[in-house]
Amino acid sequence: MIRFSQVSVTYPDAAKPVLGPVDLTVPEGELCLLVGPSGVGKSTLLGTVSGLVPHFTGGTLHGRVTVAGRDTRTHRPRDLADVVGSVGQDPLAHFVTDTVEDELAYGMESLGLPPATMRRRVEETLDLLGLAGLRDRPIATLSGGQQQRVAIGSVLTLHPRVLVLDEPTSALDPGAAEEVLAVLQRLVHDLGTTVLMAEHRLERVVQYADRVLLLPAPGAAPVLGEPAAVMARSPVHPPVVALGRLAGWDPLPLSVRDARRAAGPLRERLSGRAPAAPARTAGGEPLLTVRALSVRRDRAEVLRGIDLVVRPGETVALMGRNGAGKSTLLRTLVGMHPPASGGVELAGGVVPHRAEPGRLLRHAGLVPQDPRDLLFAETVAAECAGADTDAGAAPGPCRALVAELLPGVPDSTHPRDLSEGQRLALALAVGPPAAPPALLLDEPTRGLDYAAKARLAAVLRKLAAAGHCVVLATHDVELAAELAQRVVVLADGEVVADGPTAEVVVASPSFAPQVAKVLAPQGWLTVGQVATALDGIPDAA
Amino acid sequence: MSDALARLRAPLVTRSNALHAGAWWLWALGLAAAASRTTNPLLLALLVAVAGYVVAARRTDAPWAYAFGFFLALGALVVAIRVVFAVLLGSPIGGTTVVFTLPEVPLPDWARGVRLGGRVTAEALVFAFEDGLKLATLLVCLGAANALANPARLLKSLPGALYELGVAVVVAMTFAPRLVADLLRMRAARRLRGRADRGARSLIAVARPVLEGALERSVALAAAMDARGYGRTADVPPAVRHTTTALTLGGLLGVCAGSYGLLAAEGAGFGLPPLLAGLLAALGGLWLGGRRSPRSRYRPDRWGARAWLVAGSGVAAAVLVAWAGGSDPAALNPPAVPLTAPGFPPLPAAAILLGLLPAFVAPRPPRPGTAHAEEARP
Repeated sequence: MIRFSQVSVTYPDAAKPVLGPVDLTVPEGELCLLVGPSGVGKSTLLGTVSGLVPHFTGGTLHGRVTVAGRDTRTHRPRDLADVVGSVGQDPLAHFVTDTVEDELAYGMESLGLPPATMRRRVEETLDLLGLAGLRDRPIATLSGGQQQRVAIGSVLTLHPRVLVLDEPTSALDPGAAEEVLAVLQRLVHDLGTTVLMAEHRLERVVQYADRVLLLPAPGAAPVLGEPAAVMARSPVHPPVVALGRLAGWDPLPLSVRDARRAAGPLRERLSGRAPAAPARTAGGEPLLTVRALSVRRDRAEVLRGIDLVVRPGETVALMGRNGAGKSTLLRTLVGMHPPASGGVELAGGVVPHRAEPGRLLRHAGLVPQDPRDLLFAETVAAECAGADTDAGAAPGPCRALVAELLPGVPDSTHPRDLSEGQRLALALAVGPPAAPPALLLDEPTRGLDYAAKARLAAVLRKLAAAGHCVVLATHDVELAAELAQRVVVLADGEVVADGPTAEVVVASPSFAPQVAKVLAPQGWLTVGQVATALDGIPDAA
Repeated sequence: MSDALARLRAPLVTRSNALHAGAWWLWALGLAAAASRTTNPLLLALLVAVAGYVVAARRTDAPWAYAFGFFLALGALVVAIRVVFAVLLGSPIGGTTVVFTLPEVPLPDWARGVRLGGRVTAEALVFAFEDGLKLATLLVCLGAANALANPARLLKSLPGALYELGVAVVVAMTFAPRLVADLLRMRAARRLRGRADRGARSLIAVARPVLEGALERSVALAAAMDARGYGRTADVPPAVRHTTTALTLGGLLGVCAGSYGLLAAEGAGFGLPPLLAGLLAALGGLWLGGRRSPRSRYRPDRWGARAWLVAGSGVAAAVLVAWAGGSDPAALNPPAVPLTAPGFPPLPAAAILLGLLPAFVAPRPPRPGTAHAEEARP
């Protein structure tokens, strides 16, 4: 269905190709998952299939890509619109009209399909994607999962034979991600659509893939094969695969269900042991005190009766579905929303919404969901210099921190040219430059690969050990299990659970990390814990 | 009998039976034309009441439906400004009933003819008020059309050759609110860097990153549109292409020549034919040009019996008021000098009341509040 022959892509001003050479065929009717670390050219590869690379992005494409027999060199993206549907990570960037039904019809109008056909296909697609109840709704009022489904639907009405998706679930909460994945499953099974999808959150998708296409490193030859075989050697893999590799399971399980069936012996070896209790360093004066906090936006109570005390050395994960009030709580903690009742107090009696921004920064700092919000300057160097001035420090410390987090990024780079992960690191360095006692992060792992996530976790752990406290709002259950001693679950603006990570997370089906699901009822949360415990046991085999 | 009546009652609005946006505009322009024919404050007030009643009865809870309140406020402002100017700068009306006298500012010779302060007469006030009210009523009629007609659907009714223009406007309408949201969010984020998040300087400081973001988004949207088939063109024979060009250019020339003829002092008789011929040629060019784009339309608004009634009621109001103005000018434009109480001419009033028809025949939107209950079904 998709054939790459000797494909490589070189962008202008680049010394070597960003991708390739790629030489392979994706067969019809398969769900093919594209994996690899950040910056190996996954998005570029997807772009070559829809023709946007090189027709829209520029650069030089060597070799030949054919989709359903059409050569992308001679067909522009608009000429491929009826065979390739492509959806990016941000569905809002994809919408042309303002209501669901018009959006579904837009592509068909461009192709000039007859009105009766359009009407029939819109109705079919509404049913297929479960959008019938939303047909007249303005798109801006939909949730993230619904928007992503509308974006997929808007290309499906053209009946493409290939669907290209760039990180369709990265920005979604676990429930919304399931919605989208269920739809993709249905397309592959019922309609025989070929799906080519890139995704960082492998724990969500790898078990659905028929085939995995691995780009192991920039410039390395791509590997296409059975998921289990590719995962066995992939540098990026979900925790369940890491556990399988650690325990030496063969065949390697990709889903929690398969892993549980293989995990009997491992559970036996681990019985009688418990994960090392997290170091209880939580002593001393609280850095963050929230009492009976309510926040209103217009007349809606976004937060109600929130109580939260965070002490030095603690890492707290805020979880809950999209729109539960996590971001609002974090923003209230730095005074971006005034409380309607109740109050917030930082160390030293600082009240965030009344404090001078400069003084506040010495007590609490927030890295917002989109790190670009924090970056105002035109180069990395100017950004650092500005940050040091803000903090009233001598020039230097910020650049040093950037060098530690982002090795090898030149001073003159424009912040918007950085990758998602690099931008987060820069925001972390310049936002709260002096590493304030209370560090708040909103959804920090969006778009990060496993290596970047590990680097972030190491930095946060170091800060917590040095007596800072970290509060992070996240959908990423694996990160929460890795990092947090405590989890607070919000729903509809109220705290519905607050306790040690092991207790809160294991009890919940949607927030449990994969290792906990595999090894339940034992209380293991991460592969790291299991590995440490196994080190102490002589190998049974 | 009651069954027959029930069948004639306006149905609840759905996408299929929604009134054509053009019908609302014709109705509103008809009312506006009626307003432009009179300065009788009673008739003008009746026009505002009619427009307001129809808006209250038939508006949805879409964002543009709230435009009406804004236009009402704008109208009030226009009246106020008109009256204040008449008080400060005097009025050519003159009149004898002095209400009060402001101290007059002596002006130099070269500003002769301009007066600051001085006598303020009741006649001048009444004239200014009526004149302002006329303009305000025009604005309110336009506001009613804005509140009732979905702008995106109106643009969808444009001829195919103007389609691109419609897309540009729709995209701009969705981008503008997001630009403002970005600006506010980034300004608030300045607080996180320890910088001031209030005042004009903080707004200017985030302008560049916000514009950069908007540019990035536009490029992403352009890529998405391209990948969804935007800009495909159909093969058109060269003869048709040349005819299109000739018709469009020739038509525009005809329109220019015709307008010149109409506006020139003599020769109104020679102006009209080229104007009409030019218009026809230009429309033909647009229609032919539309053949280059293979686009089709999904569920276009239909022009049905209810649309005829709505548009017709507005046009009838305009025509009848104009005709009444011809037969009895004094009733429609009561003289300010000498002061007289305005009469209430029954025929124009009845004509204006015709404008209420849409409140009974246009499909009824669901009551605010119930719409969401219906959407909530799984």
